[in-house]
Amino acid sequence: MKKLNRRTKVLLLTILMTVILIAFYAFAVLIPESAVASSFLNAKLPPSWEHPFGTDALGRDLLMRTFKGMAVSMTVGIVASGISAVLAVFIGIAAATGSKRVDAVISWIIDLVMGIPHTVLIILISFALGRGLKGLLVGVAATHWCSLARLIRGEVLQLRSQQYVAVSRRLGKSSGWILVHHLLPHLVPQFFVGLVLMFPHAILHEASISFLGYGLPPEQPAIGIILAESMKYISAGMWWPAVFPGLTLVLIVLLVDRLGDNLRMVIDPYNAQE
Amino acid sequence: MRLEAKNVSFRYDRRQPWVLENTNLSIESGERLALFAPSGYGKTTLAMLLAGYLEPTRGEVLLDGKNLPKKGVCPVQLIYQHPEKAINPRWRLKKVLEESGEMREEVLDAFGIERAWLDRFPRELSGGELQRFCVARALMSGADFLICDEISTMLDVITQAQIWNVVLDEAKNRNMGIIAVTHNKHLANRIADRVYDLSKQEYL
Repeated sequence: MKKLNRRTKVLLLTILMTVILIAFYAFAVLIPESAVASSFLNAKLPPSWEHPFGTDALGRDLLMRTFKGMAVSMTVGIVASGISAVLAVFIGIAAATGSKRVDAVISWIIDLVMGIPHTVLIILISFALGRGLKGLLVGVAATHWCSLARLIRGEVLQLRSQQYVAVSRRLGKSSGWILVHHLLPHLVPQFFVGLVLMFPHAILHEASISFLGYGLPPEQPAIGIILAESMKYISAGMWWPAVFPGLTLVLIVLLVDRLGDNLRMVIDPYNAQE
Repeated sequence: MRLEAKNVSFRYDRRQPWVLENTNLSIESGERLALFAPSGYGKTTLAMLLAGYLEPTRGEVLLDGKNLPKKGVCPVQLIYQHPEKAINPRWRLKKVLEESGEMREEVLDAFGIERAWLDRFPRELSGGELQRFCVARALMSGADFLICDEISTMLDVITQAQIWNVVLDEAKNRNMGIIAVTHNKHLANRIADRVYDLSKQEYL
């Protein structure tokens, strides 16, 4: 077989990771409610062939429950990081194209949000909005846009000083036209890479906030809820409700993180020749 | 029409030294002026001031006695020295030409722009090929004055001659004014009616 070059390898790996993630998500979403029905006959069973992740204190199959929980967490992650990334693009462009005062105010807000630990800020926002899905989504979305917004701001500042933008202006093009035709196409790669790299942060924050009890309600089997419940039984020697869901969370997060890194390598023109 | 710089002085910053001081220059439609000076005498700065890319610190740039329009297509178009910087690297070249208005086939033919180039990206063409697009873009905008800031410095002699022939032909047909910024005295004498030496602030 002909040896593949690095770029092709990275590209194939990226596609494979995407397929795995989508398959995992689709499978997890389609799990019926009956698969996680409680049964007191099967309570607290250690891992076996029948229940690979074991069962919890209410006799629910932990494999299915973990998968369902991951699906909920991933939904939160996708929606929150999507909102956050769009927000970042708008704020970044506003900072770069607005007056000096607008720029100063936005930069100050970015410093402020970045200065407070995310977890604390999300807890505050989520608590103020009455917890639940809404509080969690707003909390995660409101804290993750900063670094991407800063990146977009720098990029737009640099683009606006380009000669071809100045030429375009002297050819009678309006600021709006220049924004859509000259600036936005340059921001597309930043946007997608930023979005994918934001996703693992969002999932981890969702899980930790739910774990602490400030996020999703207990009846929604998010991964953080499962991990929080497992803490009650871990002193009784039930290690499996903590270990397997935790491992699954770490695996998915790592997968998405690597996917984002690979995507950046594929899109980044400085790596285009490798 | 008459484009003039009246007592123009310019510095990039209050703490910086003056780049230009009390420079006067004027050019009529249909006239060809060469702007000549060694490096560092503000040739490019003056070109950018005349085309409205920069505002003079003191003095004014007038077109028929009025300031240059801030909106709409500027009747004074500047062509830069480095075409690869003046073209968006993510655009196909067709879009680059369409940015300035209608595409005119005879201009493409005059510059020897092959139709296949229109679907390519800027990095797939050489500097000389890109410069033809920049000049064509400026010509198609319907400008009354063209300022050429060392547009042929990095081109081979044949391409240089080809580009200048087209520019001068087009200028004659449309009665455009041309300001050619150059280092090259021979080129200045060859293409211009008058030569202005910016280092001595006088016509040669």
